Amino acid sequence: MARLETPEALESFRQEILSRRDPDSPCVSICAGAGCVASGADEVIAAFEKEIEAKGLSATVSTKGTGCPGFCEQGPVVVIYPEEICYLQVQAKDVPEIVAQTIENKQVVERLCFKDPATGERAVKESDIPFYRSQQRTVLCNNIKIDSKRIEDYLALGGYAALAKALGQMTDLEVLEEVKKSNIRGRGGAGFPAGRKWEGSRNAKEPIKYVIVNADEGDPGAFMDRALLEGNPHSILEGLILGGYAVGAHEGYFYVRQEYPLAVKNIHLAIQQAEHYGLLGENILGSGFDFKVIVHQGAGAFVCGESTALMTSLEGKAGEPRPKYVRSNVKGLWERPSVLNNVETWANIPLIIDKGADWFTSVGTDSSKGTKIFSLVGKITNTGLVEVPMGMTLREIIYDIGGGIPNNKKFKAVQTGGPSGGCIPEHLLDLQVGFDELTKAGSMMGSGGMIVMDEDTCMVDVARYFIAFLTDESCGKCVPCREGLRQMHRILTNITKGKGKQGDIELLEELAETAVEASLCALGKSAPNPFLSTLKYFREEYEAHINDKKCPALACKELINFYIDPDRCTGCGTCRKQCPADAINGDKNLIHIIDQDKCTRCGTCFEVCPPKFASVVKLSGEPVPDPVPEEARTIRKKTKEKG
Amino acid sequence: MGDIQFEIDGQTVTAVPGMTVLEVARKHGIYIPTLCHHEKLEPFGGCRLCIVEVEDRGWTKYVVSCVFPAAGGIIVRTRSEKVDRLRKTILELLMAHAPDAPQLVELAKVYGADPNRYESDPSFCIHCGLCVRYCAEVARKNAIGFVDRGINKEISFVPEIAAQYCNDCKECFPLCPTSYLQAAFVYAQAMTFPGAGHN
Ligand SMILES: Cc1cc2nc3c(=O)[nH]c(=O)nc-3n(C[C@H](O)[C@H](O)[C@H](O)COP(=O)(O)O)c2cc1C
Ligand code: SF4
Ligand code: SF4
Ligand code: SF4
Ligand code: FES
Repeated sequence: MARLETPEALESFRQEILSRRDPDSPCVSICAGAGCVASGADEVIAAFEKEIEAKGLSATVSTKGTGCPGFCEQGPVVVIYPEEICYLQVQAKDVPEIVAQTIENKQVVERLCFKDPATGERAVKESDIPFYRSQQRTVLCNNIKIDSKRIEDYLALGGYAALAKALGQMTDLEVLEEVKKSNIRGRGGAGFPAGRKWEGSRNAKEPIKYVIVNADEGDPGAFMDRALLEGNPHSILEGLILGGYAVGAHEGYFYVRQEYPLAVKNIHLAIQQAEHYGLLGENILGSGFDFKVIVHQGAGAFVCGESTALMTSLEGKAGEPRPKYVRSNVKGLWERPSVLNNVETWANIPLIIDKGADWFTSVGTDSSKGTKIFSLVGKITNTGLVEVPMGMTLREIIYDIGGGIPNNKKFKAVQTGGPSGGCIPEHLLDLQVGFDELTKAGSMMGSGGMIVMDEDTCMVDVARYFIAFLTDESCGKCVPCREGLRQMHRILTNITKGKGKQGDIELLEELAETAVEASLCALGKSAPNPFLSTLKYFREEYEAHINDKKCPALACKELINFYIDPDRCTGCGTCRKQCPADAINGDKNLIHIIDQDKCTRCGTCFEVCPPKFASVVKLSGEPVPDPVPEEARTIRKKTKEKG
Repeated sequence: MGDIQFEIDGQTVTAVPGMTVLEVARKHGIYIPTLCHHEKLEPFGGCRLCIVEVEDRGWTKYVVSCVFPAAGGIIVRTRSEKVDRLRKTILELLMAHAPDAPQLVELAKVYGADPNRYESDPSFCIHCGLCVRYCAEVARKNAIGFVDRGINKEISFVPEIAAQYCNDCKECFPLCPTSYLQAAFVYAQAMTFPGAGHN
């Protein structure tokens, strides 16, 4: 197949691809995303290929490794079309059974289907699984249908139709107007309206302009952008070309972190394929519009995701933020107008152009339109990627989709917005997710990290943890961030160690104000958020640590003691045998006691004491009772006598 | 022609496009403290001491004057309760590293900064970048640079270059607000390029 010279040629090529595919013949999609590969997806794919070959089904059944559909917790995920039967945690040894039962006999292999832990009911189809049922997957939904190495898969699903429409039927200004009308706000951080950013670049005097994909994804634990880059690279590429057309740029960049080699590979391949078909390069689809794309691998510092640092890094210099007050969309890369948007933002653009701004704005809240992908992790039953309409409440995300908190623990807070986001407490669980809603609650949308915390989490320690991360990641250029965070980290560490002093909270507040108001870039400006939000909602925990040397969540090692309840200890000896510090004294029929001087507070005893005895308790802020006197330590077998 | 008019501390000032608020203030004899600024060097915006309050169409914001472009109609306040408080904290943070640096001691008096407010960690360099930028932009030797990032960031001489040029130049030495540079040089010389020219 040669270059496609017109939008019509693209359309007939698409029809040709579709006509070669029988919608009724079985297709086995196996997620080949990072999470599933880690749990054995490659072997599963190989097993399917082998089994299908061995049974002589190759002509009618197709197999493909696809992008990540989000339910990584339950991987490897296999979906069998056209019935959309979804199997979870599939291993290579399950494959012959699946082929024989499901593909040859159209029978469902029940044991591989999702089982609702509450009701025990099985869900056969992907869309019946509660994790997926409440989601609205407009951006992510194609991942499981696409082999990201094949442009035909993307084309079959209507890919590049938006580009054909834009170049064939719309002026560049109309494309811009449509994006403006959609009110889409950036998915990577601050939530700036993309259309306004584009317009600023378009109207800037300098004729050479750039469009850039921020694929740095520096937030630890977040993998939304990665899933899209690896699973559906053409959607981002198409968005970027559309952006170039709308603002008048002829050059685009992918700034991808080095740690994503598969993403880099897939993008390169996507670019090659798009060029091959004339969807990229000179005179795209015969429209006269030229556009080329360059891939740049970033060195992977968190701060490189910041817009001015990213551009400095693209220019080949050290990735440090610039102290400028002129926006990058007017003076960015090489001092030229540059539109920088997040991966997910770009991936939404073809949908907006294809389906129209009205379709896009029909979903969401007043000020936040469309859907948002979150990476749901932490103390939650179903971890993974979820895509929901803006305006869904945190409660719905955490309980309906996430399946709630495991082990009957109580919800404590959800941290949103990445390392410099904030913690939202239980009484705000009915908050609707949206840019302004989260900011008002003292947190932020950020790029969509969502970490659920249960009652065992100490909020002071959480603040310490995130400030530690940001201290490490600060570029060190400006004083409020470099020195302010260093001191905040010191003070927070002291508090969690029981060395907090009166006045520490005020000192932290002062440092936070200085960082927020005086830092050079948004890293420093938002870094105090973890502290400020935990102080706002959990001030009593700070006070307990400082005033009473007590950790209410029983989490701060230096502030807790382990104690064996003499009334519950059965002398089973489990803790004694496993204590790495040799701190437990006891014997058969003898109540065990912990030598507090030897105890390192590793918590092993607490973990290993059999749940039916649960004799090890944690204490904080209260004296450890004296050990049982020697003469009272013998355990009399009351239960045996009764039984 | 093309003049911009605005207000600093109640005084009407004029500027031409492209000037920073700091430049305009200096031109009019209005004092704003700086540590990392130097007329001959590209603005760095690292120390943040030159922060001022700007009222622009009813919005109040805090900006560093060494890079903030002069604009018509803005109202600049070089001192306010909050500006002073921010400067005080910045000075206190720096004094944890360089408690005796004359410029810091002087400024501490003005802003009531307590040199012992934060746990001290005398490492002396305050990362103003003057030496690094002077060597790169004026001396054009790049004999010194920053290495590492965040709280581990340090200045470091490039031995091969420093051995060749520094002894005859030393132009950056007087710029250093803490005299750490000199110590670092002597140390680097002893460790990595001994004998390369004595005075
Ligand atoms: C310290 C820091 C790190 C950031 N990291 C990222 C990132 O990894 N990916 C991203 O898209 N945006 C990141 N951002 C936000 C970007 O600076 C920028 O706002 C965004 O890429 C713009 O795209 P959007 O409007 O589509 O969100 C970061 C911002 C800061 C301050
Ligand atoms: S705020 Fe932090 S990351 Fe940003 S420039 Fe200052 S030191 Fe660097
Ligand atoms: S906490 Fe660890 S060190 Fe302490 S008694 Fe239990 S097992 Fe031993
Ligand atoms: S050595 Fe002196 S001049 Fe150089 S960065 Fe440090 S404080 Fe500034
Ligand atoms: S003089 Fe402006 S930031 Fe240092």
